[in-house]
Amino acid sequence: MTDPLLEVRNLRVAYPSAHGYSDALRGISFTLGREKLGIVGESGSGKSTAGRAIMRLLPPKARVTADALRLSGFDLLGASERQMRDIRGGRIAMILQDPRYALNPLKTVGAQIMESYRIHIKGSRAEARDRMLAMLEDVRIRDPQRVTGLYPHELSGGMGQRVMIAMMLIPSPKLVIADEPTSALDVTVRGQILDVLNERVEAQGAGLILISHDLPLVSDFCDRVLVMYGGQIMEELAAHDLSQASHPYTIALNASLPPLDHAVDELIVPEYDPTWLTEATE
Amino acid sequence: MTTPSLEIVSLSVAFGHGRASVQAVDKASFRVARGEAFGIIGESGSGKSTILRAITGLHDGYDGDVLINGNPAPRPRNRDFFKTVQMVFQDPYSSLHPRRMIRATLMEPLEIYRLDRREARIAQVLLDVGLAPEFAYRYPHQLSGGQRQRVAVARALLLEPEILLLDEPTSALDVSVQAGVLNVLNALRRARGLSYVMVSHDLRVVAHMCSRIAVMTQGRIVEELTVEDLRAQRATQPYTRTLIAASRAAVTAD
Repeated sequence: MTDPLLEVRNLRVAYPSAHGYSDALRGISFTLGREKLGIVGESGSGKSTAGRAIMRLLPPKARVTADALRLSGFDLLGASERQMRDIRGGRIAMILQDPRYALNPLKTVGAQIMESYRIHIKGSRAEARDRMLAMLEDVRIRDPQRVTGLYPHELSGGMGQRVMIAMMLIPSPKLVIADEPTSALDVTVRGQILDVLNERVEAQGAGLILISHDLPLVSDFCDRVLVMYGGQIMEELAAHDLSQASHPYTIALNASLPPLDHAVDELIVPEYDPTWLTEATE
Repeated sequence: MTTPSLEIVSLSVAFGHGRASVQAVDKASFRVARGEAFGIIGESGSGKSTILRAITGLHDGYDGDVLINGNPAPRPRNRDFFKTVQMVFQDPYSSLHPRRMIRATLMEPLEIYRLDRREARIAQVLLDVGLAPEFAYRYPHQLSGGQRQRVAVARALLLEPEILLLDEPTSALDVSVQAGVLNVLNALRRARGLSYVMVSHDLRVVAHMCSRIAVMTQGRIVEELTVEDLRAQRATQPYTRTLIAASRAAVTAD
């Protein structure tokens, strides 16, 4: 069997606290091929930490250990900072939640996308410009010539997110990590952004990790879902089976969402069972 | 017909002057009966929050009328007005003073209104929103998002208002935490006969909380419908249909 695109085995992240280290991730393992994997869980469940650990973007004080953390067989944990600079943005791209904060406010859209291209794929300015305009068209921006000259504050949320997708996908990464890419956007725009993301990722044959707290969205969009709680994976299941989940946490998470089709008197607030965490919390 | 608790008549708010002027709210009208929950949905920039800000007097330059129990709201708003109408803001991370203990934050309205039994009132209101009395001695950074939003609701309840304006009260929270806050809001409305005006872009939340819903786009209320019509997808306006379709996409995919 060939190497999976991403292999994560027993990944742990701990932060120093007043009483030794406290765990943010308690040994998670999964593999990813050319597919769409969703990671769901509430804030503090470690889903974003997992994404950042793969990118090696956690602060230096975080203690990151794993039996294996490999991208197509390449050891990410052992890589030097110089190697990581090529990998970040080049082979692994990350799409963040809010384009208003993630884009450089002092550079035009065109300059930012071209920068991303020229750092990872050595090419002339003219080449970069052509690719950039084509990419903006690919993310369905209607008038690329005009948009290239705009600054991030002149963009709407949906447009900003398209620009970020263009910027992240222009060096043809092998793996795209999208951390809550649509939660800052309106419902009407969300669908379009996910369509664009899906189309681009499939066209480039990349793998995608979608991190979100929105269960219906994840089950709609992804092939496979990991449900996280307390830094551990509670359950892994095929996305279309999410409504028939067996783990009590996933069931509670599903039930806490107000239904659209019928009225309920009171919403179910998930309660937590310490026995879900297989190892003792220190 | 009995006088509605809150009524707005042909409310318009414009920002800027001359050619740069933007009509944020264009002749919006609705009425909210006592004890009723009224929802406003629409995308960002549709003017839904501006309506709430105009009602509380945060945007004073509006045209049209805001009637509270049949009487026009004073301009500028005075103390009596805020005894009747209180607002809960969207982001509990920025609406609480970061360097004041919860107790000090909750004490302020009591001092301004010279109310008695202050400690007892604070303990009671915390209990009402599902927090232990010890929370009074914490700072906002020691609380989770859901706990902070409960404090914001508690602060609005201290003056025992009749009308609560809720500006996306749970959009900064996780679904699991959102469920708890929505339950508290629903229980309070039933127990005290409060009237709510709730603004949200989340159709599910509005459908769960409200009995009548106004749909806004580009500053105008294009449609007002009951929650039953919303659930059965009996919308007449194309914009409302798009909005419902976008929110249902994930549901029907199962």
